[in-house]
Amino acid sequence: MTKLLFANIDEPDLNTIDVYRRHGGYEALPKALKMSRDEVQAQLESSELRGRGGAGFSMGKKVSFLPHGAMDKYLVCNADESEPGAFKDRELIQKNPHQLIEGLIIGAYAADVNRSFIYIRGEYQYQADILDAAVKQAEAAGYLGERILGSDHTLSLVVHRGAGAYICGEETALLDSLEGKRGNPRLKPPFPANQGLYQGPTLVNNVETLSNVPHIIRMGAKAWAEHGVQNSTGTKVVSVSGCVRNPGNFEIELGIPTRDLIMGLAGGPREGCTIKFFFPGGSSSPVLTAEEGLDIPYDFDSMAKAGSMLGSGSIIVVDDTVPVVEVAKKVAKFYAHESCGKCSPCREGTNWTVKMLERVDTGEATPMDLDIIASVQDQIIGHCLCVLGDSMAMPIGSLVRKFRAEFEEHIERAREARGMGVTVPEPEPVGIAGADPDVGPY
Amino acid sequence: MARVQRYPDGSRVPPWDRAVDLTKEPAPVPEPAVTPVPEDLRRTIEAYMSKYPDRRSAVIPSLAAAQRHYGWCSPEALDQVAAVMRLTPAYVESIATFYDMFETEPKPAHDVYVCTNISCSLLGADELFEHFIETLGDEGDFNIRAFECMGACDIGPMASVDGVYVGPLELDDVAAIANDVRDGRPVLSRKQLAHRAAADPGAAVPVPDPDTMAAGPPMPPERGRGEATSPEDEP
Repeated sequence: MTKLLFANIDEPDLNTIDVYRRHGGYEALPKALKMSRDEVQAQLESSELRGRGGAGFSMGKKVSFLPHGAMDKYLVCNADESEPGAFKDRELIQKNPHQLIEGLIIGAYAADVNRSFIYIRGEYQYQADILDAAVKQAEAAGYLGERILGSDHTLSLVVHRGAGAYICGEETALLDSLEGKRGNPRLKPPFPANQGLYQGPTLVNNVETLSNVPHIIRMGAKAWAEHGVQNSTGTKVVSVSGCVRNPGNFEIELGIPTRDLIMGLAGGPREGCTIKFFFPGGSSSPVLTAEEGLDIPYDFDSMAKAGSMLGSGSIIVVDDTVPVVEVAKKVAKFYAHESCGKCSPCREGTNWTVKMLERVDTGEATPMDLDIIASVQDQIIGHCLCVLGDSMAMPIGSLVRKFRAEFEEHIERAREARGMGVTVPEPEPVGIAGADPDVGPY
Repeated sequence: MARVQRYPDGSRVPPWDRAVDLTKEPAPVPEPAVTPVPEDLRRTIEAYMSKYPDRRSAVIPSLAAAQRHYGWCSPEALDQVAAVMRLTPAYVESIATFYDMFETEPKPAHDVYVCTNISCSLLGADELFEHFIETLGDEGDFNIRAFECMGACDIGPMASVDGVYVGPLELDDVAAIANDVRDGRPVLSRKQLAHRAAADPGAAVPVPDPDTMAAGPPMPPERGRGEATSPEDEP
């Protein structure tokens, strides 16, 4: 299978500029600089490259949304990869940082941007150090700075380290965090393309999206778009983790059967286990059972049609040894912990979902509580400032819907373990000190 | 999970309604003349501020530098960051309490973040975390925290030991990690993420044996704990 992003990925010292150049690195940049900005933009648009961070929005279109003219515009690369199950950006930065930097320079040229930032999550210390070193090398080689390679394009690049907050992966929260504030999402519109970082027009792109840009320019949009399928062009780095034998990042052409990915590349489930369900696009995507999901192609549209999403392209496989209530609790607790607290449906909804799931687990719930859980998820979806609330509501809603029988069985078993059985014993009357039990408190 | 430090509401993070002394006047921006700041820390913060169009953008890197310098974000450290950056202490504290990696309570010297999120917990991260707490919890050298997904699900269950990712971990590795940290060796060099080859069979190129690289990956240079980065290190 064709490797673009992962070509030579394990070559020692690929993270240095010399080895990267030996493999044809920084050849797309002079080619792009000889083209006009509009031509580069047209190449990006006609490649139909879709954003690899989760939303899947056309990158070329995003570039074209930025206003023209002389003003302070910014490009921010989102390397705050915090979605549970996603680890593709980590590998791309660690092993091939110059591919990202080259793509970022070309993207900045197309959008006519002079200042750029890479916001990398604070936990990726090793990767951020590599990125810092790579930026220094690129500056020394004249790929960054004033009048790049003799053109009229100028670009500065700052690597900004976060400090541990999932919400900062949301683009407007990321911009707030980069401005030195708490990472709270902003109300949209205005979208970052109009009013983003420091109130200036801002292009926000994921690491993998920008890493694809040099290949589009080098090969030409048409040749690049021959990879993949309609509406999901190109290759995609997919992170597969959980109950599989060979977890890791795999670069695939979009549109291959999901079965090849999970059973083939990732080695399938562990000895003696079968796959129960999987998250096709990180922990925030609605789950698909093995029967539903394994035989559909892995691309944006097929996943959406199956009722889930490709998201960031991170598959978490769960096998039949794991109780579904445990998975639901883990996912809900994560989102409750990471909710920034700015808007109520998310702040309250995530916390109540955790409390209800804990009641399910301990046997204090009844099957009716499952309906309440489902209705809470419906109240969250579409009612929040950003997608964090939805990110919990979608998987939890799908788990309760698809595994209702198992939830009910779990409740029943937990109730029996508490000695409550099927019939609920009469609750003890609540006594008030000094009150006559026959007369009552009033 | 009985031994995780929890607040009365059961959460691992401080509650939002922690009592505030409303009778106190809000603290103004600290006077530089009466707020001594170590010279290297001041220079680091000033170098960070010069990198951004708006100096406030440097608050996260500056707090990280202060935490490296003092070991935690003490009230004095917050005051000093505020004094150099010309911000109110309240603003700086609001940042320090928002982000998970800043500690506003004194903490042991070595950070061990154990991922207990979904992918790692499917592979036994909860038992691993319990084992970390049982083995090293009372030592006083290790700040053991259950952390959310750190983006290394391929080596799950994993932990980040002073910023170095190691995995997949077994229960026996806990003692080895503690020994490596105490002796100042690279942590569990055989299981470091930095040496791991890509899982993708199509991308296979031989990777040097981790044993020959026992001194750690060739680049970048490791940052010493407890010393702030000098501004010359930063572009």
